[in-house]
Amino acid sequence: MNTDHWQPSATLETLKKRAAMLAQIRDFFSARDVLEVDVPVLSQAAVCDPYIDSLTVEYRNFPEDTVQHYYLQSSPEYAMKRLLAAGSGCIYQMSKVFRNGEVGSRHNPEFTMLEWYRLGLDDQTLMDEVAALVTKVTGIEHFQRYSYRQLFLQYLNLDINTASDAKLAVKMREQIEVSGEYDRDGWLNLLMSHCIEPQLQGAVFVYHYPASQSALARLTTDADGFSVAARFELFIEGVELANGYHELTDAAEQAKRFAADQQLRSELGLQQRPLELRLVEALKQGLPDCAGVALGVDRLLMLALAKEQIAEVLPFDFSRA
Amino acid sequence: MSYSANQLKNGLKVMIDGDPCSMQQVEFVKPGKGQAFTRVKMRNLLTGRVWERTFKSNESLEAADVMERDMEYLYSDGDMFHFMVPVTFEQYAVEEKAVGDAVKWLKDNTVCIITLWNDRAIVVTPPNFVELEVTETDPGLKGDTAQGGSKPATMSTGAVVRVPLFIEQGEMLKIDTRTGDYVSRAAKG
Repeated sequence: MNTDHWQPSATLETLKKRAAMLAQIRDFFSARDVLEVDVPVLSQAAVCDPYIDSLTVEYRNFPEDTVQHYYLQSSPEYAMKRLLAAGSGCIYQMSKVFRNGEVGSRHNPEFTMLEWYRLGLDDQTLMDEVAALVTKVTGIEHFQRYSYRQLFLQYLNLDINTASDAKLAVKMREQIEVSGEYDRDGWLNLLMSHCIEPQLQGAVFVYHYPASQSALARLTTDADGFSVAARFELFIEGVELANGYHELTDAAEQAKRFAADQQLRSELGLQQRPLELRLVEALKQGLPDCAGVALGVDRLLMLALAKEQIAEVLPFDFSRA
Repeated sequence: MSYSANQLKNGLKVMIDGDPCSMQQVEFVKPGKGQAFTRVKMRNLLTGRVWERTFKSNESLEAADVMERDMEYLYSDGDMFHFMVPVTFEQYAVEEKAVGDAVKWLKDNTVCIITLWNDRAIVVTPPNFVELEVTETDPGLKGDTAQGGSKPATMSTGAVVRVPLFIEQGEMLKIDTRTGDYVSRAAKG
């Protein structure tokens, strides 16, 4: 521990703006009659996503008791959906979430996530609301929308519906050396993060992600008849800011995706962790038709204040935590 | 010893394709839904090439046995450049290729940073500032001590530096070796 680092990583002026922004966000939802909730950040279940590593916490009933493992949540999604299935109506949560190993200029292992769910909206109409919130907080008024496929056609002249994995790899290696081999989604993620995102100017919604990257979004069909995920992301000046879905409500499909993720975790040599089977039960009970989105509040503040490092908008970043 | 790619930091030296390389810019890239990458800009210490490569963040990389030591420049025998560690008097013979552009700033007793890889000298970094004598330049323009033009001056080491018009042959000048720019007249010793 470096005791020289007792001081905050953000200026006090920034922290006042941070507080004002949090208040603005709460006003936004209050005016729209969306209920604030605070579901647990500590849960018996972990996220199943193979590329998100939950932090493990040791719980004991008394100091000498055997350890029970709990997991710090990487997003409040599972518990919020259990509330939705229980009839909560539209809800939002703004709280700390945790992701192991994620440290960088735009990453902090503990960060503030704003997540909300709207009954009756789909991915397209929820984008309108995300835009309204971003406008309120940053003043940005112009938003572009591209499908994932359009984006690859425009920036890389690559049709992801026909390009082979090998072609994706060649295209990537033309731009930057890459060591190792990847699966199709790996190459797509590399091209997106290395070659497309840095070129995105202003605020850009990307929708209709490949079906293989649907996460917890339902599948839909695009205008050309291809199966795609009803999932979108928002990038501002090339920074990934929000990720939203027209939510999957099919319990059997949910159980299948959990099992597939668990299978992939095992192939990758990752720890098997308890799945959130209560979500499957909640979906069986019935999740109302809704759309939901998660937005990185620290990154939103970085954009609003033109800061390059996430540390500059946090009271104490990970190195000082 | 080895590192995983997500442990890379600026300045760390690792083996890439058999050559020692220094990390210059390390960026953690992690799409919200997708695996983590480590995007690195690095310099090959043998060839000087600077380029980018992206690693899987759990990829393992071998540490390069690279260290830096202060050494005094002694002389050149026309083939090799000879340096000495001041405290221990150990001597190192350094190839011209490793000396590179630093040759322009080397005069006797200049203390340089020598990068050693497996105890072999591979890079010579001159001090940020050196003081050298002007051996040849056009005659100085009297009274022109303010702004104005510049002229070339040849230094005792052979380096050619742009200097203000008032500088005379035989003067000692302070030069920034990183830019090759004239800084000032050297303080009278």
